Amino acid sequence: MEKRTPLYDRHVAAGGKIVPFGGYLLPVQYPTGVIAEHMAVRTAAGLFDVSHMGELVFRGGDALAYLNKVLTNDFTNMYDGQVRYSPMCNEAGGCVDDLLVYKVREGHYLVVVNAANREKDAQWMAGQLFGDCAMEDISDGVAQLAIQGPRSREIMLRLVGEEALPKKYYSFVRETGVKGIPCLISRTGYTGEFGYELYCAPEQAPALWDLLLETGKDLGLVPCGLGARDTLRLEAAMPLYGHELDSGTTPLEAGLDFAVKLDKEDFTGKAGIQAKLPLQRVRVGLEMTGRGIAREHQDVYIGGRLAGHTTSGTHCPYLGRAVAMAYLSPEDAAPGTEVEVDVRGRRVAARVVPLPFYKR
Amino acid sequence: MNAPEHLLYTKSHEWVLFAGDGSAKVGLTDHAQDALGDIVFVNLPEAGDSLTKGEALGDVESVKAVSDIYSPVTGTVKAVNESLLDAPESINADPYGAWLVEVEDISDKEELLDAAAYAAHCASEG
Repeated sequence: MEKRTPLYDRHVAAGGKIVPFGGYLLPVQYPTGVIAEHMAVRTAAGLFDVSHMGELVFRGGDALAYLNKVLTNDFTNMYDGQVRYSPMCNEAGGCVDDLLVYKVREGHYLVVVNAANREKDAQWMAGQLFGDCAMEDISDGVAQLAIQGPRSREIMLRLVGEEALPKKYYSFVRETGVKGIPCLISRTGYTGEFGYELYCAPEQAPALWDLLLETGKDLGLVPCGLGARDTLRLEAAMPLYGHELDSGTTPLEAGLDFAVKLDKEDFTGKAGIQAKLPLQRVRVGLEMTGRGIAREHQDVYIGGRLAGHTTSGTHCPYLGRAVAMAYLSPEDAAPGTEVEVDVRGRRVAARVVPLPFYKR
Repeated sequence: MNAPEHLLYTKSHEWVLFAGDGSAKVGLTDHAQDALGDIVFVNLPEAGDSLTKGEALGDVESVKAVSDIYSPVTGTVKAVNESLLDAPESINADPYGAWLVEVEDISDKEELLDAAAYAAHCASEG
């Protein structure tokens, strides 16, 4: 049985098409439609309910050493109020999940994980605890809203002072508030656009949702569903767990080198990741040049030879063309390489292009 | 629910308009376009292709979903609405104007519903 987020009634009242996702009932789109929602985020602003995301708290004198052991990135030089992205690997170097680490202060971190992986992650992480470090799953006590788009800051500044907003990308302000609603606000997001994510208590989420929508309405802020979230992240070439990342894919294959510190002391999955070097396959971008839209799990051919498969694909509203991500061998991955994608029995021409497809 | 009286319908949400000469135009219903959402691509057969009732004649894609279009009739494609290839969103804007294919030499057809029966069918699907 899927859970409802604290904003479920708002989604239904607004005419959202509700679908199950990651164990939650969430709107895939509102009556405005995916394209309009996508364009709103690129040109004005969009509001997303991302309360389904999981939140784990790690506390204790060994919390930093612990995170450096279970995650691939290095958290040593973070300042209080900084956010850092990291994959989390299994022993074989495959991805258990990808997540965000928020450093509240020394010995106190908040880790935000994918909804569908929450229980698996909690179990995996709990099994590796050592020394003075305790884990707490606070997911059910946290709602999360994302306001994304070039006008996000202007909208937020109608509600809060400058000091309440994080200045740098991947930083956050804790214990702030939006018109009396206590929040943590981070400059993060999953759209490739400027924006913020706001964490608050579930019982206050509907009031925050209403307040933001009302405040941003005249600047073009619209509620957005999972459909636009997916097309936006795909256009920005952000990996999605279960698509570009899974238990058989290492973060280096996925091109996440910036978040894998092989020069760090031993960490879970390090040997597994190294065992897959040199890389046999890498994540690439494809732009469809023929008529058709590639989707996930479709075969990619080069001159009749099966060369790999797609992991995600869609028509990108802002770019106005169809793109996909795929895994190919490094020899086939050079931009400009001509390929064909088997789109439900029909070979459609495509070309390898650099990632991301869209950058603001 | 918008289902004009002068059309016939399939349970798979295509509409059919028979002309006096025995040919027929086929399109997608308002219910279908609404369920699909923003349509961004349509894949259609070519003039001269043979169609078989109940079998896919092409497909239509929205931003998120792919859906087959089933032929309500057995026959030969007389014409294809080429304008949809560049403007598939016209199916959302005007589902009963945006015909997909025109079929001739029709030898067989699906069990077709009138507007009232089709509306009831949509209601029963939820």
